[in-house]
Amino acid sequence: MVYENPDGVRIGLEIHIQLNKLKTKMFCGCSTDYHNAAPNTHTCPVCLGLPGALPVLNKKVVEAAIKVGLALEGEIAEETQFHRKNYFYPDLPKGYQITQYDFPIVSNGKIVIEGEDGEHTVGITRAHMEEDPGKLVHIGSIEKSKGVLIDYNRSGVSLIETVTEPDMRSPKEARRFLDKFRNILEYLDVFDGNLEGAMRVDANVSVHWGTRVEVKNISSHKGVERALLYEIMRQKNVIRRGGKVSQETRHFDEGRGVTLSMRTKEEAEDYRYFREPDLMPMRITDWIPAVKETLPELPDAKRTRFIEQYGITDMHAKSLTSKIMLADFYEGVCAKGVDPKIAATWTADVFLGELNYRDLAISSYDGEKIGFIHAKDPRIKNSIKVSDMVELVNLFAEGKISDRAAVEVIRTMLDTAEEKTPSQIIEEKGLFKAEDDLVTKAVAETIAENEAAVQDYLGGTEKSLNFLVGQVMKKTKGTADAKTARDLIIKELKG
Amino acid sequence: MITKEDVEHIGWLARIEISEQETVEYMEKLNSVLGYFGQLDELPTKDVTPTYHVAEIYNVFRDDVVEECLPQEVVLANTEHKQDGAFRVPKIG
Ligand SMILES: [Zn+2]
Repeated sequence: MVYENPDGVRIGLEIHIQLNKLKTKMFCGCSTDYHNAAPNTHTCPVCLGLPGALPVLNKKVVEAAIKVGLALEGEIAEETQFHRKNYFYPDLPKGYQITQYDFPIVSNGKIVIEGEDGEHTVGITRAHMEEDPGKLVHIGSIEKSKGVLIDYNRSGVSLIETVTEPDMRSPKEARRFLDKFRNILEYLDVFDGNLEGAMRVDANVSVHWGTRVEVKNISSHKGVERALLYEIMRQKNVIRRGGKVSQETRHFDEGRGVTLSMRTKEEAEDYRYFREPDLMPMRITDWIPAVKETLPELPDAKRTRFIEQYGITDMHAKSLTSKIMLADFYEGVCAKGVDPKIAATWTADVFLGELNYRDLAISSYDGEKIGFIHAKDPRIKNSIKVSDMVELVNLFAEGKISDRAAVEVIRTMLDTAEEKTPSQIIEEKGLFKAEDDLVTKAVAETIAENEAAVQDYLGGTEKSLNFLVGQVMKKTKGTADAKTARDLIIKELKG
Repeated sequence: MITKEDVEHIGWLARIEISEQETVEYMEKLNSVLGYFGQLDELPTKDVTPTYHVAEIYNVFRDDVVEECLPQEVVLANTEHKQDGAFRVPKIG
């Protein structure tokens, strides 16, 4: 099957990611741990752009950029350097941003994603290093702003900007690209995607191979799909009405889910790039082999290994390797000698499914427990121990609990902060399998004792089934699952 | 040659207001500076690699070690325009 791309959609992305795993900013020793700090408490003369201050490059930034370049199978420049991009905006205290221009550190990479019609390669044009500006907060709404407050805590934090080729053919492919990219970055341990503002995306999109429109300000990787769906629909409508899509920059309004035209400046952008005289150029070729040594096993390689080593399905392997912390947790569980196939089902299908259902995102793994945090409310967090998952998998494998009971245990572990082992939860909730036998027995008794209702039901009176279920519930003192009871009765009577 | 429009554009980029009379004045001055540097164009540089730094130094790095930051009151000491620990500026755009 080949994807026809009926609307001739082409999407390219520009992704800014913060190297927020580094301890300090790009050009100064200010800490990057500013997310809960008061404004302007993580600054110094360098990141405030005070006269005479000199930037000195954090070695870890270059190392991270090389790692990213290698992971994207790109070319690492033999010689690379910084430029100044000049423009005035209050979030930029120096009047220029230190970035890279015609000698980016990485070029010509790629990421293979699961596309509309199977494996699909998205080209990476370039990736370069640059500094983050400060943060602006409007007093009141943007439209009725009375003024702007500036916090330079973020100013000078290291960014990697990655530019793709316009190779994505649908919003879904764009989201899959971002998911995969984010996953790779987390494997490389240079990036924590759960922190606010960690990933910011601009997209360019065109339909029917026509004019490209830029969509800016997509702040979440989940917002990308919505922004693009809207923009594609808008462009198609313009064409349907006989109009022409104009080349412009639009702003994504996340709250309303629409893209809005930004007032276009009369003057074309004119950044007057020139080489940054305060920073020396870099020659990094000799450094690459050492960085290569430190490169971890990447998602695709891990997925293949999981299939071979644990004998699990490709679906499970894909799902388990979609987050490095989940993959490590799964291996931690398997290392305790459980059945890897059963462990894969309970980790990839049930545990992950229940997390997604609750909007919980995996946020940590320390070798003993896997932590997760609510996507919108970071105060909601919890964790599950490796030993708990091991116990659960073993209880299930030994046939001591039903799959329904095992699901119930996982739900309980996710929903309560109390530290209880699966055995304790099973004990407290009376979930041991004996209960299923009890229900079977109660069903048999109910059928034997209620001849009339059974005949009514078989004669087509659905209501009688409810009566029979009620009798089973009564016999089991309400400990049976109503649906189980119902299914069992139907099975007994209708086969 | 720098035109009047160029001067106006440069003034806009630098967010400097330039009067009609100044525009002409700056145009002449900038052209004189450009003309002076233009003499360099006469030198044969076809086979010369550009020099961006006089010192041939590469790879100047610092380790990823946290240093002390400035206290907030010091950061804001030079401005009267502040609010809640932040710099306050007029609305943009
Ligand atoms: Zn600083």
